[in-house]
Amino acid sequence: MLRFIRQRALASLISLIGLIVMVFFLSRMTGDPAALFLPVEASAEMKDQFRELHGLNDPILVQFARYVGDVATGDLGQSLRKARPALDVVLEAFTWTLWLAIITMTLVTGAAIVVGSLGAFRSGGFFDRFSSMISLVGASVPDFWLAIVAIVIFSINFAILPTSGTGSVLHWILPIAVLFVRPFGIIVQVVRGAMVGALSSAYVKTARAKGVKSGPIIFIHALRNAMLPVITVVGDQAASLLNGAVVVETIFGFPGVGKLMIDSILQRDFNVVLAAILVTAIAIFLMNVLIDLAYALLDPRIRH
Amino acid sequence: MAEHLLEVRNLSVEFHTAAGVVHAVKSISYHLDKGEKLAILGESGSGKSVSSSAIMNLIDMPPGRISGGEILLDGRDLLTMPAEERREVNGRRVAMIFQDPLSHLNPVYSVGWQIAEAMTTHGLAGSKAREEGLRLLRRVGIPEPERAMRKYPHEFSGGQRQRVMIAMALALRPDLLIADEPTTALDVTVQAEVLKLLKELQRETGMAVLIITHDLGVVAEIADRVVVMEKGTLVEAGTVREIYKNPQHPYTRKLIAAAPGKGVMHEPGARAEPLLSVRDVRKTYGSFEALKGISFDLMPGETMAVVGESGSGKSTLARALLRLDEPDSGTALWKGRDLFALSPSELYKLRRDLQMVFQDPTQSLNPRMTVFQLISEAWVIHPDILPKARWRERVAELLAQVGLSAEHMSRYPHQFSGGQRQRIAIARALALEPQLIICDEAVSALDVSVQAQVIELLDKLRREMGIAFIFIAHDLPVVRDFADHVMVMQQGEIVELGTIREVFETPRQAYTRALLAASLSPDPDAKAGCPEPPAADAEILIPKRSH
Repeated sequence: MLRFIRQRALASLISLIGLIVMVFFLSRMTGDPAALFLPVEASAEMKDQFRELHGLNDPILVQFARYVGDVATGDLGQSLRKARPALDVVLEAFTWTLWLAIITMTLVTGAAIVVGSLGAFRSGGFFDRFSSMISLVGASVPDFWLAIVAIVIFSINFAILPTSGTGSVLHWILPIAVLFVRPFGIIVQVVRGAMVGALSSAYVKTARAKGVKSGPIIFIHALRNAMLPVITVVGDQAASLLNGAVVVETIFGFPGVGKLMIDSILQRDFNVVLAAILVTAIAIFLMNVLIDLAYALLDPRIRH
Repeated sequence: MAEHLLEVRNLSVEFHTAAGVVHAVKSISYHLDKGEKLAILGESGSGKSVSSSAIMNLIDMPPGRISGGEILLDGRDLLTMPAEERREVNGRRVAMIFQDPLSHLNPVYSVGWQIAEAMTTHGLAGSKAREEGLRLLRRVGIPEPERAMRKYPHEFSGGQRQRVMIAMALALRPDLLIADEPTTALDVTVQAEVLKLLKELQRETGMAVLIITHDLGVVAEIADRVVVMEKGTLVEAGTVREIYKNPQHPYTRKLIAAAPGKGVMHEPGARAEPLLSVRDVRKTYGSFEALKGISFDLMPGETMAVVGESGSGKSTLARALLRLDEPDSGTALWKGRDLFALSPSELYKLRRDLQMVFQDPTQSLNPRMTVFQLISEAWVIHPDILPKARWRERVAELLAQVGLSAEHMSRYPHQFSGGQRQRIAIARALALEPQLIICDEAVSALDVSVQAQVIELLDKLRREMGIAFIFIAHDLPVVRDFADHVMVMQQGEIVELGTIREVFETPRQAYTRALLAASLSPDPDAKAGCPEPPAADAEILIPKRSH
């Protein structure tokens, strides 16, 4: 088991190094950093000075070595607009996004497993058709539209929830509700599909021949087997939330990493953008390690 | 009238499919008394498994529907029983084991947990259930039962998995054990051991056994009485001896006649220039030696049977000869040229001489291609063999040769039965006019009567076209009427190689004798390899359940 974790972590580490290389070289390939960082009207002299100051005249490999050293020591430069370390700015925003993602995905996964499993158990029945329809609608509805409609209904017409910002538990309800819909729709369908397969499997037949009750058959025998494809999709959906739900965060004025990235790009705060990419990437790599672990916990055949 | 343990009365089961209603079981009746061993004999599609699934309430409804009849257990109808009471019957009064224990055990739970669940689900305490599970594992002969409790199904061999299934089924000492093809997926020697275990346990516990099988050998080995099913109806019933010695119904007669191993054995002619000469072929996967130096000669038009149990290396050999897997060392001279040293382009030319027929025609035929496309594909790959204008005509000829007709050309594989599909696979192999066909378990998945027909077809092709065969099988009787030579393989080595008569009549090696002994005879008076278990005074590890 420990060897398995080590192997997976190592594999993720290799991709992470690849990512750092890519972030560095891509940022150098998108043009002259001096032109990117400095205002458009900056003089040639100012640009020269900037290059000298930031070592941009050194050979590219020297610059890369320095960048790797900086990343390793956690120094991702200063935010140009906020006069604080870029990493601090990003981590602050990322904490908001992380909580948003964790709460949303926990609710989504729990609800999708119950709804999808029950639909599969009586596949073709009323509940199955009803939940299939709801999930299809959920998976297809655009989130920006849903966000605006939700604000109109709950914040303006009924005036029971705040339109945007943070401060109380109530501020979380609309963003979570809006972010809930699409992954829920997708995961219900994955759960249902996997459960239909698992429930018609031979080992479920054995369980029925043993006289096992319906509840344990669904939630113990079939569900654990059906969870493998579900976990993959949950990870996928969680990754897109961790990347920052840009549109939803912006509409609700939620201070997450998605909103930060958009703001930083508009403000040409380049160090913050790079730091945000790195932080979310590391978070997604860590999550993939967790998903591999979950696989191994669920399926002994992967463990051995 | 005395009450039977189980009485099935006029049971009818139908399935509502897109193609219409299929009557899987048509008003069948049979009964089983306490401690009795009844076999339901039939081929695929006979409804034998459906009728037993109905007893266990395992038919999916819809699409299935029990359209009539009663299933009485101690006089009470299982079909009208309240659901909760009905559930309690499963596992406690009636238990079941299945054909493929790997897929019938839940892959993600330990074996110990699954056995214990059979008891806890009927109200036993967890600790008591685990204790009992340990004893059951010991009784069914699983080595190191304490460790085995924590292991998962994939960590056991096929025979051990079936033993685990048996332990699980017997956990609550049921009055009736239903065994649906319990040994079909197992090697012959393992099959003999599992049947022996079943017989012992039946004696110890006095339970009744309902065994569902296509194999007359299994019937003769284990049953007292037998009912024969064909196409959903019960065609004949009687004691095993009556049915075997004096079958009344034509279908029963056909089944008994089709049992392999009764025909005239081939006498191979003098051996001259070999078509294929294999020397010292070796293949390892990691540290596992799959082939440890295989050497043999095959004459033109001759049939070499390769017999061995799973893991013996017989399929690896076939794949190596076709270079689907590259061997590590050795030579295979095909008309004087080494197959293993050919360049890819030379190999491509040679492919047409060497063809293969696989075990499962459902998987080896592309389901999205018509029969015409499947067969003519060979000429797409080797375009110089036949001008396109003649393809239809030639496909029709080939179909006729394998006993199908030209009108089958535009159909898809799923529209055929298993035996017909294997004929299509053979026609496809014939399209390139090969000189050698390697059949890898080509008849193992087929019903006995179909098996006999396919072997007859292969024999005809050999006589008429002089094709040589390498015929891989796990069972000796199947090759007896067909092969000239037999090569018995065990753990990557040839343990015995000789003419069919030598191997069957004077086997030199203990392993060959064990294989022959383990092959079950359909004759109830010729009980094979498993001696009668000791009678009542033997140690009884499973105590009687007190009511």
